[in-house]
Amino acid sequence: MSIWLPRLAIDRWRQSEGLQEGQGADGAPLVLIAETAHGPRIEAANRAGLEAGARAGMMLADARTLCPSLVTLPSDPAGDRDFLERLALWARRWGPWSALDPPDAVLVDVTAVAHLFGGEDRLLADAQDLFAHRGLTARLAIAPTAGAAWALSHYGKGNSILPPPVGEDIPAMLSGLPVAALRLDDDVLLILRRLGLKRLGQLEGIGRDALQRRFRTRRAPAANPLTRMDQLLGRVPEPLLPVVPQQVPLVQRRLMEPILHRALLDTVLADLAADMARELEGQGQGARRLELGLWRVDGEVANRMLELAAPTRDAAHIVRLFASKLDDIDAGFGIELVRLRASWTEPLALEQADIEAAAEDHGTSLAACIDRLAVRLGPRSVGRPVPHASHIPERAQKWQPPLEPEAASQGELAFHARPLKLLDRPEPIAVLYATPDGLPQRFRWRGNVHEVARAEGPERIAPEWWRETGRARLRDYYRIEDGEGRRYWIYRLGLVGDGRGGLPDWFIQGLCA
Amino acid sequence: MDLSALPTAGELASLGERARHWRPGLAGARHGEVFARGNEGSGAAAALALALDGLRAEGDERVEERAVLWVQDAAAIRLGGRPYRHGLPEALRRRLIHVSAKSAEDALFALEEGVRCRDVAFVLGEIAGNPRALDFVASRRLSLAAEKHGVALWLVRLDASRDLSSARMRWEVRSAPSPRPRWNPAAPGRPAWRAELFRSRVHAPGEWILRDEANHLAADRLPTANDPGTPDHVDLAASSGDRSLAAV
Repeated sequence: MSIWLPRLAIDRWRQSEGLQEGQGADGAPLVLIAETAHGPRIEAANRAGLEAGARAGMMLADARTLCPSLVTLPSDPAGDRDFLERLALWARRWGPWSALDPPDAVLVDVTAVAHLFGGEDRLLADAQDLFAHRGLTARLAIAPTAGAAWALSHYGKGNSILPPPVGEDIPAMLSGLPVAALRLDDDVLLILRRLGLKRLGQLEGIGRDALQRRFRTRRAPAANPLTRMDQLLGRVPEPLLPVVPQQVPLVQRRLMEPILHRALLDTVLADLAADMARELEGQGQGARRLELGLWRVDGEVANRMLELAAPTRDAAHIVRLFASKLDDIDAGFGIELVRLRASWTEPLALEQADIEAAAEDHGTSLAACIDRLAVRLGPRSVGRPVPHASHIPERAQKWQPPLEPEAASQGELAFHARPLKLLDRPEPIAVLYATPDGLPQRFRWRGNVHEVARAEGPERIAPEWWRETGRARLRDYYRIEDGEGRRYWIYRLGLVGDGRGGLPDWFIQGLCA
Repeated sequence: MDLSALPTAGELASLGERARHWRPGLAGARHGEVFARGNEGSGAAAALALALDGLRAEGDERVEERAVLWVQDAAAIRLGGRPYRHGLPEALRRRLIHVSAKSAEDALFALEEGVRCRDVAFVLGEIAGNPRALDFVASRRLSLAAEKHGVALWLVRLDASRDLSSARMRWEVRSAPSPRPRWNPAAPGRPAWRAELFRSRVHAPGEWILRDEANHLAADRLPTANDPGTPDHVDLAASSGDRSLAAV
């Protein structure tokens, strides 16, 4: 079933003003406008406004010439969207699934539920009554496919029902609808109109090959009339994304006496954490992100957020992590409301509760350990090195949060030895004496002179031309050992006469084991 | 109290002879320190090798799945850089968790949290210099936590002087010329270090050349000038290991 609310914005405005249709301010011509780069544009107009000549999409200045007494109000697309989401949930009274069809329509799956209402006619009548009762203008249609229902609700005659297909009669029944009923983009509609195709029946008359050739470069369904036609007739599936209500676990304490002291706040927090643990346990979830809001008597709100490495509902753990974040809370004249909200949760199966004594005896778990480190040192300080597809040594390793699963990567080539540690940025070395083949025999780094005793190389790593500029120079890597046995990884940036700068420089990049 | 579990006088007398000198493959101490210079990679590498050797000696079958925590403070990162996955020992590549702390205090906090975690195989710390936060009390705290939870802690001290510490084994490590590889004698070979054990509750001091073979740690003892005849006060403590002497 497709539900189209052609006058959603105006109906919402009227409800917010508490007016009946045509009553009070609604009796005068009124439009909702949005600011655009070319001046205010009309988004919606009420009945009097429509009669006066204002249309959605018109510039306000044009409409004013037709009707100088036009009243304007700003439109609220975000509010409309929010209203539509709630409406989609409400519309699930007629079917198990509903999907948004922005900006002003809702699709409800009523497959095999019509008999519960006494047939499709009674279902439509019931829906029509309820929408009329809510003061919303709605056009409804039921059809075997979502596309056909949409077409009928937007371009059909009133509330219509397309019966289940017997043979191939859907095209025949829909052939009178305009091509705009195919949910196409404006530019495609323009093309079709220039081609002289105005009705769905004419589109059927042309033959698939010609349409396919004409629109072969259009992949998106909204730009390809053939795909839309197939969706309308049910020849290709059209998955819909259902609206699923989600309840965010939230616990709060309203305090009879505003609290001023930290000890009391800790107590409240412990109570909240216990409540939250119970709430999460009931849902079989564990919190990944927690938000603590502290409402002060004088109207200030302090928020503290916590992210956890693994889902948890261990109240003691939550309290301990929040404790370090509450040190700088300014209580002002007192805190009257404390609210804890788990805005990100993940499924967590029930398990035996961890007794504090067990943690003392057997140590903490890895997730708890990482949480504590991340809270004190910052989440970016704790990481795990993972390989990254690049030849450049410093790019071949990336850091990611420690408990995230490692992405699949190509196996490492074990042929080349790599250093144990890599300097954050390569440090230049001063070559004091070079062998004839170009390798330094003696160099100075951080004030110390090193004599190269043994070397292996070069291992040439070319710049990544698809990423770097053409001036990037290649690197020749050498693994060296100096007279005292210290092992380093050095490279020469560029070649003599490669035309990308002067004489090549030497850098030290890694310390080998 | 079960008296039969205690060592007899004869065993006590011979304890020192058996466990006098350190060798690879002995279950090591829980808290070790490695002094090294900041401009070479020997400190962290030797600490890793010693830690892996200790794990192998314990025969811990969960080694393969537990994480390894590597904590560095900002000065240590500036001196020697961060660990590089492609150069780590094969067994550690997937399990390493790196913590970069801004100050020595934060690094000590991270080390203590690490040794208190049961899912960590061992903790490797790198702290540069002799920060005020790392005093005897702090190191004693780390020793007690490590021994209580059975997680080994190896602390690398870069460019540091030998201050007071309660570490059970204290090493001074320098790079040593590596053995020549078989196929390319002109290239650097498998890493080798010259390691001096200068303070230990369990073993006599000594000096070794440590070599990191593929799957074990090899050590050649170097003769020292005053090796024979030094009074050895560590015999009695040999069997006590990490426990206090009163328990023996």
